[in-house]
Amino acid sequence: MNIDKRHIISILVENEFGSLSRIAGLFSARGYNIHCLSVAPTSDDSISRMTLVTNCSDTKASQLMKQLDKLVDVINVKDLTDETHIEREMLLLKVKSTLKQRDELKRLTDIFRARIIDVTDTTYTIELTGPTEKILAFIDSLGKIKIIEQVRSGALGISRGSESLEIKK
Amino acid sequence: MKLSGSEIIIESLKKEGVDYIFGYPGGAVLHIYDALFAAKDIKHVLVRHEQGATHAADGYARACNKPGVVLVTSGPGITNCVTGIATAHMDSIPMIVISGQVSRHYVGSDAFQEADATGITRPICKHNFLINDRESIAETFRKAFIIATTGRPGPVIIDIPKDLTDPNIKINFEYKKNIKIRSYKVKTNECEDKIQDAAKLICSAKKPMIYSGGGVVLGKASTELTKLTKLLNFPITNTLMGLGAYPSSDSQFLGMLGMHGTYEANMAMHNCDVLLAVGARFDDRVTGDTKQFCPKAKIIHIDIDPSSISKIIEVDHSLIGNTKKILKKLITYTEKHKKTIDREAINKWWKKINSWQKKKCLSYSKSSKVIKPQAVIETLHKISKGKSFVTSDVGQHQMWVAQYYKFDKPNRWINSGGLGTMGFGLPAAIGAQLAFPKEQVICVTGEASILMCIQELSTCLQYGLPVKVINLNNRYMGMVRQWQEFFYEGRYAMSYMDAIPDFAKLAESFGHIGMVIDKPENLEKDLTTALGYKNRLVFVDVITDQTENVYPMIVNGKGHHEMHLAPSANEDIELA
Repeated sequence: MNIDKRHIISILVENEFGSLSRIAGLFSARGYNIHCLSVAPTSDDSISRMTLVTNCSDTKASQLMKQLDKLVDVINVKDLTDETHIEREMLLLKVKSTLKQRDELKRLTDIFRARIIDVTDTTYTIELTGPTEKILAFIDSLGKIKIIEQVRSGALGISRGSESLEIKK
Repeated sequence: MKLSGSEIIIESLKKEGVDYIFGYPGGAVLHIYDALFAAKDIKHVLVRHEQGATHAADGYARACNKPGVVLVTSGPGITNCVTGIATAHMDSIPMIVISGQVSRHYVGSDAFQEADATGITRPICKHNFLINDRESIAETFRKAFIIATTGRPGPVIIDIPKDLTDPNIKINFEYKKNIKIRSYKVKTNECEDKIQDAAKLICSAKKPMIYSGGGVVLGKASTELTKLTKLLNFPITNTLMGLGAYPSSDSQFLGMLGMHGTYEANMAMHNCDVLLAVGARFDDRVTGDTKQFCPKAKIIHIDIDPSSISKIIEVDHSLIGNTKKILKKLITYTEKHKKTIDREAINKWWKKINSWQKKKCLSYSKSSKVIKPQAVIETLHKISKGKSFVTSDVGQHQMWVAQYYKFDKPNRWINSGGLGTMGFGLPAAIGAQLAFPKEQVICVTGEASILMCIQELSTCLQYGLPVKVINLNNRYMGMVRQWQEFFYEGRYAMSYMDAIPDFAKLAESFGHIGMVIDKPENLEKDLTTALGYKNRLVFVDVITDQTENVYPMIVNGKGHHEMHLAPSANEDIELA
């Protein structure tokens, strides 16, 4: 109960001025960390959906959920951690690619089902989508290849099956 | 009806039944003040510092259970409100703060008197709004009042750019009372089964205890709480915020609990087997060491805020919703199950409690040489027959009022419990006095606290408010000194006051009556005289014992059963 673990939380929030600050502010005010956070509008322009990853105990997570739910702008909130769900993250990676390394990079890209989306005479830019572990495994596999720039979207989460995060408030 | 933004604000306030606004004008709200000038039904109270406006609105709200309304300008106007908003937020007081903002085309340009009002107040309010277009003014005001007054109440800030209040641009005005806020809903989990289960558990108790807090006052559930407690014949304690919700003069009342609570209340908490917590939030000043909190008890928690449940202390049974409604149902089920109560066990429990009461933990050594602060409060209680509204600042004097002024009614005890704001008492008394012009309002303060908002004496003169200020003057920041005596080997770092003004003369210079009481034999006579002035503010500077401490005391990190008692307490009585 009281051991810290990774929690992935989905939040539906009014797409209003200050909503993001309210949520980010709640985390800092109450001493929670935000490992990663992504925000974008939903099919309804007036609502944004956030996916947030934090490390905390189950007890703290349950308090966190209540505090999030208490925010006036929050429409619905759900901890996806303990239910079956799908997670995806996107990685954009710019790596040094000398003539010698090009074949190896192409092979790794294929193995991980990543894509090379930009090429210069000295660099490759690679796009990869998948669960966080896959992203990390890919970065690991690069070995000595020099990473010039790395951009990650942070995790996105959705529950499996017909379950959905409703606008129920 | 076509109205300007400023007129819409005033009309919206009228529709919400606002009778007083506490405020201070400035550049960004001049259009609004101009519209207010023409309004007949709303009275404006000009304070001397915006912090005073927030505390006065807060005091008003606490006294009459209606939202307090504040109007201030941009920049320093709203930043001066921060302490007052945070004070109201911590104690869940409904309040609307309207702050002017620089015109929209200046926002973000570091304009004169520009401050990010919504950014600054975000963590210390229930919600805030920055209005972006004229058309949404009325709706925003309605939303603000709904949010401030429903569920767990709290302060709501409305920041409005000056150009939106332009008197020359008029739009259609319509005030829709019934609006829905999609993302806002007051949650409940109450259902008949859960309440019935709670009633069964309560009736099965052999060593029960009721612990109630500010939620009962805010939820106007005092009558129901009293009825339930009487029906059960169980002991009850109140938190600092809950005092008055159950009549203190009743024999089932064990006094306040917590850090400076009574021996009997804290011991009953520690030894109870079923605890009914009503509208209380298990604050650290109440629980002491959470690991040792009510170690033998099954806990039932009634609260309107789901996030209060199991936040500090894991509870066994939660009833989320309107306190008054839940208590009503609980009374019905208790009546049904009350024959299952083990009366013999309850009698035994009362005997145990009576033995704790014999400690006489609130006794103090009387003196004929110096005025004891406790005696001042007891005398005040006697003269005012316990019927006054009493506001306080923060520190020793606050605890002494809580311990010795036995409140019998809710809303009469007005103090900053959560944030602990020095400077709260005098402006809060302004609000209470305006809400109840015919009642006696007493502000009990200390010589350190009162100086934090002393300027409001001027406001009191302007509006003829006959507040009685009782200054317990011990020439120390008493509570700081007490902690330094206990925990810092008597090193009184910066806790003394070396250049105290002549308070009586100071009050006189503000146009009021100033008095000094420095002899115990004059205490009752002079206090009676002071309280006797019907239409004047009287500032009574009472020179009290410098070294008196607040007892009992639970030191940080200790349990309820590990209290320090006053040296004068009855040591002959055996501990539990």
